[in-house]
Amino acid sequence: MTFLNYVLSGISLGSIYAIIALGYTMVYGIAKMLNFAHGDVIMVGAYICFFAVTRYSLPPLVGVLAAMAVCTVLGILVERFAYKPLRTAPSLAVLITAIGVSYFLQNGAQLLWTPNPKVFSSVVGTGRLALFGGQLTVSYVTITTIVSCIVIMIALTWFTGNTKMGKAMRACSEDKGAAQLMGINVNSTISVTFAIGSALAAIAGVLLCSAYPTLVPTTGSMPGIKAFTAAVFGGIGSIPGAFLGGLLLGVIEIFAKAYISTQLSDAVVFAVLIVVLLVKPAGLLGKQVSEKV
Amino acid sequence: MKNKSLNRNARKNFVTYGLVIAAYAILQTMSATGSMSSSLKGMLVPICAYVVMAVSLNLTVGVLGELSLGHAGFMSVGAFTGVTAAMSLQNIVPSPILRLLIGMVTGAVFAAFAGVLIGIPVLRLKGDYLAIVTLAFGEIIKSIINNLYVGVDENGLQLSLLTNKMALADGGKIIINGPMGITTIEKLSTFTVGFLLVMLTLFIVFNLVNSRSGRAIMAIRDNRIAAESVGVNVVKYRLMAFVTSAALAGAAGTLFAMNYSTIIANKFDFNTSILVLVFVVLGGLGNMLGSIIAAAALTILPEALRQFADYRMLIYAIVLILVMLITNNPVLKGYMDIIKGKLTGRAKKPEGPAPEGGAGNGK
Repeated sequence: MTFLNYVLSGISLGSIYAIIALGYTMVYGIAKMLNFAHGDVIMVGAYICFFAVTRYSLPPLVGVLAAMAVCTVLGILVERFAYKPLRTAPSLAVLITAIGVSYFLQNGAQLLWTPNPKVFSSVVGTGRLALFGGQLTVSYVTITTIVSCIVIMIALTWFTGNTKMGKAMRACSEDKGAAQLMGINVNSTISVTFAIGSALAAIAGVLLCSAYPTLVPTTGSMPGIKAFTAAVFGGIGSIPGAFLGGLLLGVIEIFAKAYISTQLSDAVVFAVLIVVLLVKPAGLLGKQVSEKV
Repeated sequence: MKNKSLNRNARKNFVTYGLVIAAYAILQTMSATGSMSSSLKGMLVPICAYVVMAVSLNLTVGVLGELSLGHAGFMSVGAFTGVTAAMSLQNIVPSPILRLLIGMVTGAVFAAFAGVLIGIPVLRLKGDYLAIVTLAFGEIIKSIINNLYVGVDENGLQLSLLTNKMALADGGKIIINGPMGITTIEKLSTFTVGFLLVMLTLFIVFNLVNSRSGRAIMAIRDNRIAAESVGVNVVKYRLMAFVTSAALAGAAGTLFAMNYSTIIANKFDFNTSILVLVFVVLGGLGNMLGSIIAAAALTILPEALRQFADYRMLIYAIVLILVMLITNNPVLKGYMDIIKGKLTGRAKKPEGPAPEGGAGNGK
């Protein structure tokens, strides 16, 4: 049963990584940029939900919606003012700008909300569900996290496969120039991608802080890096890849903590990533593009 | 034509050497005559270390053309091995300057070794995948050093991982104490040694870039397939650039660590790698002088913004974003060129393709 418990907490952590990684991978697929500020959007989402629930005593669901709304606007604003002017710039310049945005969000949060840690109260309560006559207990947070991740995954797959905007996204990620010639508004498609990614980041932030309740301005950076790793692990640019990569990364991390060493768990996670990339250089589900000479 | 461009390169390199020497002379005089604030004085060695880091990362990013997000990992390896060497030789080698040099050489050798270990798998990958693997290696190095215990007694060095299992003889001492890092470093680093390391780094990098190997490295950067087809050994030259860069970062790490009394592995994390990358990109890819100026200016900037207290890192972030926008957005760049043209009183020549992949921004 302990094994099953580890698997469940691994999947739960992995679901959070997967939701964050979806944001990374969608933005990468379309804008071809590593959005390092994504992790800090998570933090902003968590803070908004925290204040909505504790200071204005709104119901948790409203808190989550508020966090999603604020992060969506934030994502669109960041894209409009920092990334859009650099659409034709070399990718390193965009990367450094993203890092600048990340510093900006972290330090802005530090000024607005002080660096003192906030204790985040879980949005779904701290109850636990007992299974198999109490042999296996699962917290509501774990269940909510896993269910949200699955719902988000199904919704995104449907969205990119069946809606007009989703098809526009896929077209842009294949070939921006051709998409534009076919009458797709590339700029608004990219904005929508950022909006969706940021809204997902808000959900991830709330779920992350429900499971690990300390909230500081740098809360988002390490999960951000891990989720970025997860996105690459699954094959960056691929939505099922981000889902798979996130889940695997979460499970590996919890198993490494349980069976190898708590302190070295990060090292184990990254070592697995390296081995996978050496065997499959484009990630688990990434497209291997052969070079034309 | 080729000859002319070579001469221009040589001239540019001499300008760089000259400016570094001039900066050293001015700063040294200022510090000797006491007309320098103590906070700036304390930053001289870190500035040198960051300059070496930036120039060496520029070799990977600008000359080799691969994005590395784990450069601080090599700095960490250099810092911890170098300080361990210098501290364990305390009773054998009396001269502090010699101990520092031995430390720096040890740091460089170990970092180069780490560079080979990491470079062989990493350099098989490309682009963003390579970047993420360097990031992963940086994090692994941090995790391992955070759990490493090293001690020294009369029988030599002792190592243990995860928990402190060392049985040190009497008179032995712990050097690396896991997450506490090294706590009793003698401050051996001086500005002069830092300056010499900067000069040595420039000498190595300039000579590498202007050699046959350097041209091979740049050929690989510009078109790997074409380079391979004319018989350039891609693996060898990529590894050469990567390992040189790692070794220099290791020496810089030792210099940096020996300037403080304590050093922990978390100091050399992802953020430090990013910091150095920011120096390189702001200074211009492949432009060593740019890296030096960016490293020095951005190390001093947060200090200079101290009067803004809480807002200084926010201002730093805004400055960073604005500089990137101004130097890379076509519209803003156009305005800048007009302003520059008015200031210098002549129209700017139309820009051709950059000769050595140097972005040459902000000049």
